[in-house]
Amino acid sequence: MSEERKMVTVYILGEQFSVPESSTIMTALEYSGFQLKRGVGCREGFCGACATVYREKGEYKLKGGLACQTVVSDGMTIARIPFVPAEKPAFDIEELKPDVSTFVELYPSVFRCVSCNTCTKICPQDINVMDYIQDIIKGDIASAAHTSFDCIRCGLCALRCPAEIVQFNVGMLAQRLYGKYLAPRSEELDKRINEIENGEYRKDIDRLKSLGKDELVEEYYGRDISIT
Amino acid sequence: MYPDYMKTSLGKVAGTREQRLRLAREKGKEVFTALSESQRENVLSTYHPDYKDDARREVRIGPNKGELLTDRVVDILESRPRDPADTFDLSKVDYEADILILGGGSAGLSAAIEGAEKGLNVLIATKLRLGDANSMMAQGGIQAADQKDDNPVLHYLDVIGGGHFDNKPELVEALVNDAPSSIRWLENLGVMFDKNPDGSMSVKAGGGTCRNRMHSAKDYTGAAICKTLRDEVYNRPDNIRYIEFSPATELILDDKGQAAGAVLYHLETKEYSIVKAKTVIIATGGFGRLHIRNFETTNHYGATADGLVLGYRAGARLLYMDSVQYHPTGAVFPEQVVGFLCTEKIRGLGAQPVNKDGELFVYPLEPRDVEAASIIQECERGNGVKTPSGLTGVWLDTPLIEMINGEGTIEASLPAMLRQFSRFDIDIRKQPILIYPTLHYQNGGLEINEKAETTIPGLYVAGEASGGVHGRNRLMGNSQLDIIVFGRRAGQNAAERVLGGVTTGKLSLDHVRRYSEELDSLGIVTERISPVILPDYIPDHVKAKQITLEYFGTLS
Repeated sequence: MSEERKMVTVYILGEQFSVPESSTIMTALEYSGFQLKRGVGCREGFCGACATVYREKGEYKLKGGLACQTVVSDGMTIARIPFVPAEKPAFDIEELKPDVSTFVELYPSVFRCVSCNTCTKICPQDINVMDYIQDIIKGDIASAAHTSFDCIRCGLCALRCPAEIVQFNVGMLAQRLYGKYLAPRSEELDKRINEIENGEYRKDIDRLKSLGKDELVEEYYGRDISIT
Repeated sequence: MYPDYMKTSLGKVAGTREQRLRLAREKGKEVFTALSESQRENVLSTYHPDYKDDARREVRIGPNKGELLTDRVVDILESRPRDPADTFDLSKVDYEADILILGGGSAGLSAAIEGAEKGLNVLIATKLRLGDANSMMAQGGIQAADQKDDNPVLHYLDVIGGGHFDNKPELVEALVNDAPSSIRWLENLGVMFDKNPDGSMSVKAGGGTCRNRMHSAKDYTGAAICKTLRDEVYNRPDNIRYIEFSPATELILDDKGQAAGAVLYHLETKEYSIVKAKTVIIATGGFGRLHIRNFETTNHYGATADGLVLGYRAGARLLYMDSVQYHPTGAVFPEQVVGFLCTEKIRGLGAQPVNKDGELFVYPLEPRDVEAASIIQECERGNGVKTPSGLTGVWLDTPLIEMINGEGTIEASLPAMLRQFSRFDIDIRKQPILIYPTLHYQNGGLEINEKAETTIPGLYVAGEASGGVHGRNRLMGNSQLDIIVFGRRAGQNAAERVLGGVTTGKLSLDHVRRYSEELDSLGIVTERISPVILPDYIPDHVKAKQITLEYFGTLS
């Protein structure tokens, strides 16, 4: 079948290869003979391992994308970025305050943001990266947490940032502070944990554990189903 | 963008949508009658891939000798070790640890945090980067019975019924009892769960659940959890070290038969190193990248079941490695996303699977194996839609979601799915997606007890590599739960063992030597090598020119 496929030319680290036109950057690399070890992960756009910089034919602009999610085009030049040497200070989440002071301490570079929006433009998830950095400067940790939530930490934002901000780590910190301190707490959840600790369901579970298969089958197919 | 020839079928789906919406709105009534026990058995035995004549074969060696296991699992168990046992000088130890964790997904990360909490010296060795795991890719949710109308007893029934009553009861009990406290633990670490304004959890139904029990973080649930756990591991450099790009190729035992370390292989420098450890936790995940029955898979690049091989050669028994989970809804169009996961949350939010004529043919939330078999049945009856690359699928009618739940639901609840398909000019708010079952999950694995222990002293297993929790079919949202519950239990119990005092004897690979000898004496001749480590997607015409291949162990 491969003979019938329409082929395009791509340049991997400047070197010319011919690959099927329906390839993603990742499958184009494999088609060309590269056994991938770095810069490859989930292959479905969830892990951020395959950040890639590319330039399309006749363009001067460098674009960023995920190798597993970007379809090649004829004349595309490709360079993968398998690792970003970004700063990640260690912290004790129990000791942090969910406000701007934490960022002043851990990520002071946030406050050097020049609002150039380069981070947002490069983001393969189309996240408004600059907006969540600005949220933090304004002290709105909740908004920063929600805006940055879909980040898969490919690191392209930090590589492009002229102010040396490590956006993806900053966003991660905002999310953890929100999840732990700012999100409203579920009382039902705490109540259920107590009930289980107090052994309220032990007898019923012990009974199920003691049932033979036939009895269990009957109980299972006869259970009340109530979903909305 | 769908090709023109699909327009007629798309029109028919749109044509029946209003009527199917009315069904969805009828309170107290299912949109389609759920199958009875005998109907379930019937569709499974006729259409589920596990029931094909050549799906299983007898394994000739090791603790499960004589049992019928999934064909490609037998392949890796009957393969030769990557290196003869004599290759390594075990008197030269490169790393020492109280707890060695193989695998950097959420099970391994949870175990590491628990070990660190006890002040122990933890070492994680992982094949790719920390967090490069199926854990990161889970979309739809994590189950926990915390709602008023729900309880752990109902959760227990759902788990064991979904698993065809083969689950180990004490593991199911641990799973459902630890569920609410696992959610609390994750939230205390900073995971952002979907919530109602009053703080209560926003929950949905999943396949085979009798209550709304699915907690989620949009459709990035696994990523939200795994990113947070990894960040926490980064925060504990005094207790947790990690070595990346270094899969384990063998377990090391000591002369008393205790787990005592592992041989690691660095993928880039090709160096081997020896780890000596007081306890070992296998958290290496599942087998999707073995492409069982040549199915496409939702799985991570590194999901090659390495831990099973390591544990098996060391004498640990496998449970239910005769069953494979095919996720009912893998993408089949466009070509670039074939096999990708389309989360069950899509159906949890009301989307229905419909055939080429727009007809609903199955209850949308059957347990996964039943739903998958029903979809295969519908396609084999000629009611599917062919794709330009020759695959067949049925529609999953996503536009229903916003008709049922209101405009904006998809962007808020399924951003990953919306983004995935919009990259290929398909707006799932307006058009359905084409799906077919895809290889998703290893239902079985190395047998554990409720302390995550194996029969080998000091060897623990957690997550997808373990067997018994889910019987022969896992329900949605119970793997994210499993990796937290049993990851933590493995870490806690390994720590307890270390703190109780472990004396490690002389390190040994005799079990590997004996296994190789047994392969020889049984006349099992093969060029195949395991653990597999990574799949190989280099095309044959290129491969033919790669004469000095450095890379072994693939199934191609």
